[in-house]
Amino acid sequence: MEDAPNRSAVLSGPSGRLRRSLFPFILIPILAAWISGCRRSAPSPGASVPPPHSAPSAGGTALPSAIPFAEPDESQWIRPARDYASSRYSTLDQINTETVRNLKVAFTFSTGVSKGHEAAPLVVNGTMYIVTPYPNYLYALDLTKPGAPAKWVYKPKTLPSAQGVACCDVVNRGAAYDRGRVFFNTLDDQTVAVDAETGKEVWRTRVGDINHGESMTMAPLVVKGKVLVGNSGGEFGVRGWLTALDADSGKVVWRAWSTGPDKEVLIGPRFKPFYASDKGTDLGMTSWPGDLWKIGGGTVWGWVSYDPQLDLIYYGTSNPGPWNPDQRPGDNKWTAAVIARSPDDGQAVWAYQMSPHDLYDYDGVNENVLLDLPIGGRMRKTLLRADRDGFFYVIDRTSGEVLSANPFAYVTTRTGVDLATGRPKEVEELKPQVGRTVRGICPAAPGGKDWQPMAFSPRTGLVYIPHNHLCQDEEGVQANYIEGTPFVGANVKMYAAPGGHRGEFTAWDPVAGKPVWKIKEKFPAWSGALATAGDVVFYGTMDGWFQAVHARTGEVLWRFKTGSGIIGQPITYRGPDGKQYVAILSGVGGWSGAIVSNNLDPRDGTAALGFVNAMGDLPSATTAGGMLYVFALP
Amino acid sequence: MCSPFPERPDRRRASRLFRFSLLVCVLAAALPAAKTSAAPPPELRICADPNNLPFSNDRLEGFENKIARLVARDLGATVRYTWWAQRRGFFRNTLKARECDLVMGIPVGLEMALATRPYYRSTYVWLARRSRAPIHSFDDPRLEKLRIGVQMVGNDYANTPPAHALMRRGLISNVVGFTLYGDYSKPNPPARIVEAVANGSVDVALVWGPLAGYFARKASVPLTLIPAAPPPDLPGFPFVYDIAAGVRRGDTALRDQIDAALARHRAEIDRILDDYGVPRVPAPPPGGAGRTAVSARMGGSP
Repeated sequence: MEDAPNRSAVLSGPSGRLRRSLFPFILIPILAAWISGCRRSAPSPGASVPPPHSAPSAGGTALPSAIPFAEPDESQWIRPARDYASSRYSTLDQINTETVRNLKVAFTFSTGVSKGHEAAPLVVNGTMYIVTPYPNYLYALDLTKPGAPAKWVYKPKTLPSAQGVACCDVVNRGAAYDRGRVFFNTLDDQTVAVDAETGKEVWRTRVGDINHGESMTMAPLVVKGKVLVGNSGGEFGVRGWLTALDADSGKVVWRAWSTGPDKEVLIGPRFKPFYASDKGTDLGMTSWPGDLWKIGGGTVWGWVSYDPQLDLIYYGTSNPGPWNPDQRPGDNKWTAAVIARSPDDGQAVWAYQMSPHDLYDYDGVNENVLLDLPIGGRMRKTLLRADRDGFFYVIDRTSGEVLSANPFAYVTTRTGVDLATGRPKEVEELKPQVGRTVRGICPAAPGGKDWQPMAFSPRTGLVYIPHNHLCQDEEGVQANYIEGTPFVGANVKMYAAPGGHRGEFTAWDPVAGKPVWKIKEKFPAWSGALATAGDVVFYGTMDGWFQAVHARTGEVLWRFKTGSGIIGQPITYRGPDGKQYVAILSGVGGWSGAIVSNNLDPRDGTAALGFVNAMGDLPSATTAGGMLYVFALP
Repeated sequence: MCSPFPERPDRRRASRLFRFSLLVCVLAAALPAAKTSAAPPPELRICADPNNLPFSNDRLEGFENKIARLVARDLGATVRYTWWAQRRGFFRNTLKARECDLVMGIPVGLEMALATRPYYRSTYVWLARRSRAPIHSFDDPRLEKLRIGVQMVGNDYANTPPAHALMRRGLISNVVGFTLYGDYSKPNPPARIVEAVANGSVDVALVWGPLAGYFARKASVPLTLIPAAPPPDLPGFPFVYDIAAGVRRGDTALRDQIDAALARHRAEIDRILDDYGVPRVPAPPPGGAGRTAVSARMGGSP
């Protein structure tokens, strides 16, 4: 499920349990909690960390991990993830482990919007572009002038009713630049092309229908003159799709549905999935009972990556909905899956379901990082994903074969992934059933990691993963209503996984399949990550700290307290003056931060789908408000 | 927040009240305590769905609109509406955002609001064409052969109680799901399930009583409503709900005023509910069961 504040209004849960789960957060003084939150769990400072990429191959030659199609121009950040590989890595190194301590604010900019700011700013030709949450303004800031004044703002006139009719929160994950235009999506299902120079609209295309609960929050990717966009709203019975629009005209070139017959999923002769259970005809229909696939979810609200050599795009699909698991026996293809397609015609080449017949709201939309890694002594073209299910998958991106899957987060619902069949090994006792109490479901519905994208550094060979550390209980029955109709559901309450902290920032060795160091965070680490050649990694915390950590040790080298909690994505660029800048949008919200941005009642633990139970202390740690912060060395 | 949004039929009177309400807004902002004073509000600020008959719409044609007007008149107030689809985020964007002070028609037990005493009690019903032999039980063997319509809510185990009951019985592939959200560009999106029964695209449907009762009367063919008795294997899954009005938690002064007004107009409220064909269940005897007997007033088609 996508960010979904205020889903539930409920009967009170047993107050004893509520107290128990909030107890540690109330007692610990904020300062002490913060200090402990910044303590690295491993290794200790100065401990020698072997560079993970230096493992010798069979022939004795070191095979460095590599970003296969990096963006060479350090002065720009033209895609949400910087490059097609989705590395979020920059070769800039003015800001490094020595100099970062001198980092200062260079300029700021208020967006005037107080909902959750999840977007990555773009930087192109001396201009910075920022998309806000609803009402989805696009600002252009002139980086060539002191203080980076606004050049123009484009207002798409997003329908106000979209806020009420849309399934989810009103966030936006950013824009993409291509050949003089900035492309982004609006909450009310329009893809817009804006002239990057003038701010004038070039075209706008309505690709979905807000009246069906469909909305758009994802950042597009532009590949070979096609703008790739997807929809949100699986919980409303929206049927998911990825759509390619012609970048020049805005006309729809193809649409690939996530469920339904092969001809609508764009499965044809090129489709060669690796695993037997993904082979067959019309599985997008036959793995569902009856016509349930027609309102089956599998929306595409995350990220798209592209391999120009294989000429394949990669993206993930959301959980199935609005059906409960027992109502949809079968694998429910192609929900909670990663799919490889040709960008020209959308034809699928392979697909792999991380969560066939999803039980826990484990969306598959998380980003896919495309790297060439030394696996088993030879370089493999891999796709890396830290999934909602808490497992870190290394997948052969040519075939869809899972090469390894190891838990990067605290997981109880699965014991592993069967590499022979590709299927998760699920724990029977933790399978939820309404009316039955199931405790200790880990990860909770937001997953080991939600949408917040990780970064990779070829210098360390490590992936830097901002993620959650949450469990949930489901018990009893809660009353709610929608459209005047009462209904019931499980009473879901989330709380911190063992250790009492709710987030982690993990440096992960994707070759060895294990963590190298972890930073415990008091709140879920809900911002994106940025890796740089200065061996400094950036991310933000939900209580507003923007911090730089040592890429090899996890030592916190610098931090700055921004005005609001951070759930945005940091970027870096070389400015027109030749200096390296680092930018981040501050502005708490989203699913985890809804308690602040939407004023949810901390007494109602099941609000925001049970997330409020775990976030009761966030309002005392931060307040809402969207602001850009840009930092540089003096 | 304090922009006027008067009930349409009272436009002339509203302009007078507008000036007054602005003053009230200013005072309320300066003196928050004034809001919870026992003085009757000059204006009853209500949040409601603009497109959801029989409950409410922006032409004030719903029975909740009528009951709200009754309550407002009793309190010497006028009604001002803020319209918002009754979906996820409804309370966050309305009552909690202080866009209004009252929401009509919430199930008692909802944690997001402080409920008044209930003013009616209804039930999920089996809805079918009258020409068909009625279904009374989830264990009726005919169900395996029928196309069964049921309303769907979302994932995470939230669903209408009949959807849970069907699922328990393995009634899956012959179940047709209707999302409660429907197509918001069409009138009254949740009503599609009743139309499906009338036009024969499903054989039987399980529908929340007020929705079924109202649209059954308007259907082109005679329809029958039978209360859906909760199956014994789903204890704790209510099929019958007490429906009340809701105010912000803590706003007991307003809650008490609404309670008193509802009590004073018991008979008129019952007449309004009858007019809209809302099937009702009598209150259970003290300590007793009796949750499945449906009021004799429960109507089918005319």
